[in-house]
Amino acid sequence: MNTSTNAAAVQFIGEHLLPGQIGYFLTILSLVASLVATFAFAKAFYAKEIGSENEWKRLANIAFVIESAAVFTCFVILFYVISNHMFEYKYAYMHSDKHMPAEYLLSCFWEGQEGSFLLWSFWHCVLGLIVMARSAKWKKDSYGVMMVVSFTQFCLASMVVGLYIFGHKVGSSPFSLLRDEMPWPILSRPDYLQVLKDGTGLNTLLQNYWMVIHPPFLFLGFATTTIPFGFAVVGLLKKDHNWLSNALPWATFSAGMLGMGIMMGAAWAYESLTFGGYWAWDPVENASLVPWLALVAAIHTAIIFRKTGTGARVTYLFFGISFLLVVYSTFLTRSGILGDTSVHAFTDLGMNAQLLSFLYVFVIPFFVLFFVRYKFMADPIKEDAVDSREFWMLVGSLVLFLSAVVIIAITSIPVFNKIFGTKIAPPEDPAFAHNQVQVFVAIIIGILSAIGQYLKFKGGAASGSFLKSIRLPLIITALVSAIVIVFVGIEFNDKGVGFLAALFVATVASIFAIVANAHYWLVVLKGKMKSAGASIGHIGFGLVLLGILLSSSNKKILSWNTTGINVIQKDPNGKSPAGNPMENITLFEGIKTDMGKYDVTYVRDTVDNLDKKFFELKFAEKGPNKTVKDSFNLYPDVLKNNKGMEGFSANPSSKHYWNKDIFVYVTSFQDHSKDDTVKFKSHQIKVGDSVFYSNGYVKLEKVLVNPNPNRAAGVNELVLQMAVHSVTGLSYEMKPTIRLDGMTMSQVPDTVKAQNLIVNFNSVVDQPKGILEIGIKESSSLSNLITLKAYEFPFINVLWIGVIVMTLGFVLSTWARVKNLNAK
Amino acid sequence: MKKTHIILLVLIAVAIVVLISYTGDLSSYETIGSAKQKQGKFLNLIVKMDKSVPVEYDPVKDPNLLKFGVQDSLGGHINVVYHNTMPTDMEKSERLVLKGKVQGDTFECSAIVLKCPSKYKDNAEANKNQPVAITN
Repeated sequence: MNTSTNAAAVQFIGEHLLPGQIGYFLTILSLVASLVATFAFAKAFYAKEIGSENEWKRLANIAFVIESAAVFTCFVILFYVISNHMFEYKYAYMHSDKHMPAEYLLSCFWEGQEGSFLLWSFWHCVLGLIVMARSAKWKKDSYGVMMVVSFTQFCLASMVVGLYIFGHKVGSSPFSLLRDEMPWPILSRPDYLQVLKDGTGLNTLLQNYWMVIHPPFLFLGFATTTIPFGFAVVGLLKKDHNWLSNALPWATFSAGMLGMGIMMGAAWAYESLTFGGYWAWDPVENASLVPWLALVAAIHTAIIFRKTGTGARVTYLFFGISFLLVVYSTFLTRSGILGDTSVHAFTDLGMNAQLLSFLYVFVIPFFVLFFVRYKFMADPIKEDAVDSREFWMLVGSLVLFLSAVVIIAITSIPVFNKIFGTKIAPPEDPAFAHNQVQVFVAIIIGILSAIGQYLKFKGGAASGSFLKSIRLPLIITALVSAIVIVFVGIEFNDKGVGFLAALFVATVASIFAIVANAHYWLVVLKGKMKSAGASIGHIGFGLVLLGILLSSSNKKILSWNTTGINVIQKDPNGKSPAGNPMENITLFEGIKTDMGKYDVTYVRDTVDNLDKKFFELKFAEKGPNKTVKDSFNLYPDVLKNNKGMEGFSANPSSKHYWNKDIFVYVTSFQDHSKDDTVKFKSHQIKVGDSVFYSNGYVKLEKVLVNPNPNRAAGVNELVLQMAVHSVTGLSYEMKPTIRLDGMTMSQVPDTVKAQNLIVNFNSVVDQPKGILEIGIKESSSLSNLITLKAYEFPFINVLWIGVIVMTLGFVLSTWARVKNLNAK
Repeated sequence: MKKTHIILLVLIAVAIVVLISYTGDLSSYETIGSAKQKQGKFLNLIVKMDKSVPVEYDPVKDPNLLKFGVQDSLGGHINVVYHNTMPTDMEKSERLVLKGKVQGDTFECSAIVLKCPSKYKDNAEANKNQPVAITN
């Protein structure tokens, strides 16, 4: 980067260099300490004598504690720098500003790559300290796991260290100074901080409370995949499968946190992005989903392996791959390789070689180790019983894992293009390309998670008793499905009958999963909390599937632009490409507009102290005979974009019912109240005369004297009753007025906003002849208008409830396993 | 051979079939010149706005009609029709990925992906927005 040669000579005013210097030192310290910890834990792991083992262990623990302290302190310092608006630091300048509400300071922290690496590192420290505290029980296993954790920490520390080694930049420091990083001439001025004034701020789209908590949960999920991975590595190195029961609670906890973290991101997308949904199969979303799928597959094969002694290879492989997929996702989302296919990947920081090395240092050794130990993981030779629980669990795990493989293969098209120089682009409908595959995964997993619990490990359950116990859940499923299909329905016909049928089957399968697992928990397990984890987790998963199916396939666009008042001129080509319909309705301020089930009025707009512009929209649901069934207000807003971008970011607003959401956002707006320069044109007119304007004519029908009985005492009004006839055939009424209040005269013009027409009653020219003067003004700047998109999402709450229930299932199962381990 | 192995092989075969059938849905990135040769085929263009062609968009008349011109790095030019609202920041965006079909002389666009480097920050873009001193 550019470092000014005379910078050393200049005394810069108002800089706070100490936090950054401490930060720099601590990142280097954490790099060194994590390397020492890796080495010392490895030595302790391989030590043959108890004496040297304890020596190395002590050194390793000290190194890891130092490393953790360094990372925690870096975390605090960076937060201090951001929250005190020290714009001499590039990170603060690029990611925050002074006007931001305090709660978003944390979002600033993880907006950039450096901060999010630090967050990830932070969780590794917390987890590592917990593993260290268990070392008395786990002995060698804990050293092995800590060796892996420390090495991961070393890799992460190298990402934020920001050193030049033999001319190569290693890592990007969050503590680098703006004047060292940017070649701006202004930064060589001693008083540049006075000139800078403010940072460029947090991306407006990220100014949402979900963005405060989504990254911590997601990175906690990412970080926790390291522990089962570490255990698997230990198992392979030691040729010992005993790690499984210790690793399982970590794996279930990880799946719970990662799953919730992903869905918090989905909730953010739903609330603050405007693609009208919560999941778009964006590469960034896929990259976080696939480790979760692999991890869930790994948990199931691990349970099979523990119960039956078969399935060692897949268990090692799946735990390995779930962590490796986290690292691969890191590469995908941070290297900029997704460029043209993702709208929200991080920007390339020029660290691709480093990110790629991060991938290789885990992938290559793991697979080498895996194949060296391939024989050791061989299954005992015996035939699997088709009526056993493990058989179908294994099938389910393989389906989940292969679904992850398919998703990540499709997501990796840009990588494929880069390697082979091809120019393959995503298909016309990328979401459908995924959905048509994943709907079958949903069907299989739904059914398997329903019947799995009713089968016994190692088989042997008489088929009669299986059918007997599953009969009631089947009957309930049939009833519930019938009710759901009749009263809610699946109305997604765009992709043909085959896909529609698949959606129906998937809906029934997800209901089956919910009912069967609820029945199993309540009847077979007698509602005991201790063994409820699996059942509740499966109920949650079933609810998630059901919520996705019901909300996505019944999503309706409410804002069809079919009302004549808006489309003055139709598209001359008369073309509306299929799948790209006229989905935006135009609303003029103060005018009630018909939007299918609702009448919508753009009442007014207000700007809050953060420059957020809120639009007050009144929705009135039409009942029979012009009654209003229900009425509510929605406040979608727009926020002026920062960071040098023009335009606005729209934030949707939703009305939540128990069974649906009404979801609206402003797609464009025009605020004309300030730039009205058009003048009135005067016309002399008598009763019965007409005056033309550009889009029709105005006719004076009669002159009314004091038509309003409720006027104040002493006030006299002269009102012109006029009719406006536009060329499109629509008519409006106008009543421009002159008001006399004692000696003061005032004019009250009237407007027809839909015609951009304003008429003023100027004066009475000749009373005996009845000649009056009116002023007519036509101005596009007359009315404020917005274009609005509105959707109805039925039963989206089923999805959110499902996420909570599923997370609860994972937490319960973690709790039960930890309790079990401690009891031993 | 064990039943699980058979199932495993079947599932892997299904996954491979799925991936192969998926390649049938894939489209390609084209230049404007090559896109014009492929009338009516869904494809992707990587282009930038052609500032010499005025952007036509009037939400009062029709909020779902946007017309503009684009050019690619090889100098090709084409007019684009997009039946939707104008994406925020489109004119600022230094690169657009357009998805759609060429119909005659125009590109019937069904989706626009904006590449705003400043969205997640980039030094080059930040340089453009560097603060300017008011006094000297």
